[in-house]
Amino acid sequence: MEDLLQERIVVGDPHCPLDVLDVDRIRDDFPILHKRVHGNRLVYLDNAASSQKPASVIKGLSTYYEMQNANIHRGVHYLSGLATGLYEEARNKVRKFINARSEKEIIFTAGTTEAVNLVASTYGRKHVQEGDEIIVSAMEHHSNIVPWQLLCEQTGATLKVIPINERGELQLDEFEKMLSSRTKLVAIVHISNSLGTINPVEKIVEMAHAKDIPVLVDGAQSVVHGSIDVQALGCDFFAFSGHKMLGPTGIGVLYGRESLLDAMPPYQGGGDMIRYVSFDKTTYNDLPYKFEAGTPNIAGTIGLGYAIDYLESVGFAKIESHEMMLLNYAHEALTSIPQVRLIGTARQKASVVSFVIDEVHAHDVGTILDQNGIAIRTGHHCTQPVMDWFEVPATSRASFLFYNTKEEIDRLVEGIYGVINLFK
Amino acid sequence: MKPELRELYQQVILDHNKNPKNFKEIPEATHQSDGYNPLCGDKLHLALKVDDGVVTDVGFQGSGCAISKASASVMTTMIKGKTPAEVDELFKQFQSVITSSVKDAIDYDELGKLAVFAGVREFPARVKCAALAWHTVSAALHENSETTSTE
Repeated sequence: MEDLLQERIVVGDPHCPLDVLDVDRIRDDFPILHKRVHGNRLVYLDNAASSQKPASVIKGLSTYYEMQNANIHRGVHYLSGLATGLYEEARNKVRKFINARSEKEIIFTAGTTEAVNLVASTYGRKHVQEGDEIIVSAMEHHSNIVPWQLLCEQTGATLKVIPINERGELQLDEFEKMLSSRTKLVAIVHISNSLGTINPVEKIVEMAHAKDIPVLVDGAQSVVHGSIDVQALGCDFFAFSGHKMLGPTGIGVLYGRESLLDAMPPYQGGGDMIRYVSFDKTTYNDLPYKFEAGTPNIAGTIGLGYAIDYLESVGFAKIESHEMMLLNYAHEALTSIPQVRLIGTARQKASVVSFVIDEVHAHDVGTILDQNGIAIRTGHHCTQPVMDWFEVPATSRASFLFYNTKEEIDRLVEGIYGVINLFK
Repeated sequence: MKPELRELYQQVILDHNKNPKNFKEIPEATHQSDGYNPLCGDKLHLALKVDDGVVTDVGFQGSGCAISKASASVMTTMIKGKTPAEVDELFKQFQSVITSSVKDAIDYDELGKLAVFAGVREFPARVKCAALAWHTVSAALHENSETTSTE
């Protein structure tokens, strides 16, 4: 494997017989990876918070503003038509990317958070009543907890939580027991941002659907690590953000099953989401526009399309094998440090490594590593219930994408030894 | 190690982190408050005994980074025997240390123990860690019983 990695192989070359990524060449596509921070070459290991962007996405955004900018779905002029075409082309790219049946099922939002809130506000308010239950898991990001808590407060419904085990895996037997006629929705994270656990979404969907309960999947972490097929997953809603998958910030997607979206009331009112407005009665636009009120994030949407192009040109087979190599290498390196304890050791795991160092708080780790040019995330990662479960106030988290290297993990390990020595 | 880091993690701070002073409960506390830094999840419980308008005992508990723990520890060593007004004055001095410009000279004689936190000036992200204990003591003394947040 190591020998193979040394070879220079053309990225995305369909004739290339090996699932091996030419990481040097990939890194050249990301301008920021050549930056120096505090005098050191940047080692960017905070990808679970936000990924870096390839030049094609950055250039796509500037080209849009330089050559293509206008409002969409309105004007009869050339630029409006051009921008509308690009915007809808991006929707089509997203549809193919996650294998949705129709573009009507692709709603653009500001991000995963807004996508979850959209479902909680519209589907939730229509279908959830006092005495009903919503099921989430103990490893959810706050953005897949709080919208449901708000809904429960408004309706008198109850939030139920699937417990996890000491590895950071869901206890599906407990989940099975929780499903009942009172359950109105299951909202579950695909890959945990703080533990790296990959949840068995197909299985969860199967169990919920056996009782006719719809399932929302928070895909914020998963879309960049492997190819997503919403039809194969079987989920009813799938939410994700552009910025964690090489795209711009402020753009996200809600996939929803068409029949469910059709029956849901609109989310926000405004332009573009209407068919006809009068003071007596307003009729709403068709899907997906019913859920896209106001001028959307046009540039962000187009940029997301370019991010998808880039990911597809690299190919998820290569991405996955490179990231698994990094994960195994990092696990091995970190577990060899006696003072380090990993938090999250699920058998199915993405390239996210959370850890604590004996007697050293994560924020001190973060500050010291940063001085070495190493960017990691420290804190509770917006998953405070997970921290409480593992009885740690915070963790340090290194999260890898396919543009990271073993040498960067070596720098991380060297940095951790520096921290340990300082606090000795 | 970089000088900025050495300045931030001075031996005094590392020592206080390892062996914090007054890391204890105060059973007959007259004033207490909880400090919370939502950014990093640092939690600090601070309890004081005030007799005749003077702080006679103080203790803190909780979890936090080296900077917040050392700051709490140093703070507890400085406020015993002080009136609430004097504590406020120390808080002001402390704030001026951690938020002053890096170019400003530090008056070590005047600031005493507080001067060890001057290194925080180079690390704006850590100012809240250093200030948490002081915000919390201020809330406790001024009868603000709700959780103090750095946000």
